[in-house]
Amino acid sequence: MTASPWAPYGVELSSRFLLGTAGYPSPRVLADSIAASGTQVVTVGLRRTLAAGGDNGFIDILRQTLRACGARLLPNTAGCRTAREAITLAHMARELYDTPWIKLEVVGDEHTLQPDPWGTVEAAKQLIQDGFAVFPYCTDDLVTCQRLLDVGCQVLMPWGAPIGSGQGLINPFALRTLRARLPGVPLVVDAGIGAPSHAAQALELGFDAVLLNSAVSQAIDPVRMARAFGLAIEAGRAAFEAGVMAPQDMAVASTPVAGQPFLID
Amino acid sequence: MTHALHQPTAALTFNDLTLPCPEGLTLGALLAAQQVNAEQVATAVNGRFVPRTQRDTTPLQPGDTVLTFQAIVGG
Repeated sequence: MTASPWAPYGVELSSRFLLGTAGYPSPRVLADSIAASGTQVVTVGLRRTLAAGGDNGFIDILRQTLRACGARLLPNTAGCRTAREAITLAHMARELYDTPWIKLEVVGDEHTLQPDPWGTVEAAKQLIQDGFAVFPYCTDDLVTCQRLLDVGCQVLMPWGAPIGSGQGLINPFALRTLRARLPGVPLVVDAGIGAPSHAAQALELGFDAVLLNSAVSQAIDPVRMARAFGLAIEAGRAAFEAGVMAPQDMAVASTPVAGQPFLID
Repeated sequence: MTHALHQPTAALTFNDLTLPCPEGLTLGALLAAQQVNAEQVATAVNGRFVPRTQRDTTPLQPGDTVLTFQAIVGG
C-alpha cells in the first residue's frame, strides 16, 4: 500500500504525522523518535536568551537529524497572548529557521490554553500579508475556521482537546462538522491527542493529519510510541479512504441465513 | 559649598543585563561586544523585531530594551 499524499501550502507530504520536539528525555531519544515516526514536519519554538541555561544540545541534534531525514521545520508562536506578540515572534522565527511556515498560536485562556479566535484571525491576516504560510492553531468552531480561511489561511489546525491533556477528540461532532463544511481544506487535529487510537480516529474522520508532542515525548518508551502513532495514522487514513461503514442502531446480520435448514421446529 | 554631581549613567537593558549605552551604539555593535553569535539569534528592540540586515544601522538609545531570541524545541 502506498501512502496517499497531502499538500499543505503546495508542499506534497506522504507522512500525515506532524511531531513536536519538546519534553524528550534526551536529544538521542528525540532523534530516534523522529526517525521512528516517519514524520516529515517537526515543530520547534523560540525563547528569550537567558544568561543561565542552554538547551542541552537538543537543537544541534535536531538540526542534524533533519538534515539526515529531510523533514521540514514548523516553528510555533507558543506563549503569545496577543496578535502583536505572535506577529513579532513569527518574523523572528522566519529569520532564525529560514522558513515561511509558522504554527500560529495566540492563547486566550491560561487554564485551558484555548486559542483566542480574534487574536488568531488578526495575526493570521497580517502574517499572510507578510508572506507567511500560516498554520493556525484554533478551536473546532466552524465560524472561526471560516474566518481564518477568509484571511488567507490554507490549512487549519483545530484542537482535539486542550494542549497536553491527552483527552483525545472530545468533540467529534464539531470535528465532523468541520470536515463536512470545509471539503478540500487541509485539516490537522492539533493538541489533545493522547493515544494512537485518538490519532486513528482523527484520520478516520477525514482529517488530513495530526500534530502531537506530549503523547510521544512523555511515553515510557518515546521511540516505540512514535512508531505506534505512525502506524495508527497510516491505518486511520487507509480506513478513511477505504470507507468506514456507517453505524446502525440495530443489529444487521452478517452471515447470510436465508434458505439454511436450521432452527426448524 | 560643593555639590556632588551625580549624572545617571546612560544605560540600556540587554536580555537580563544592564549595560552602558554610549552615543552612537548600534544593535550590531552591541551584539558583537557581547560576543553573541549573530546568526543564532533573532533580535527585538523595545518589542519590535529588527531583521539581521538592519542591525548595523539600528541605533540604540539609553533606556532601550534589547532582547535576543534563540531556537528551542517546541510542540
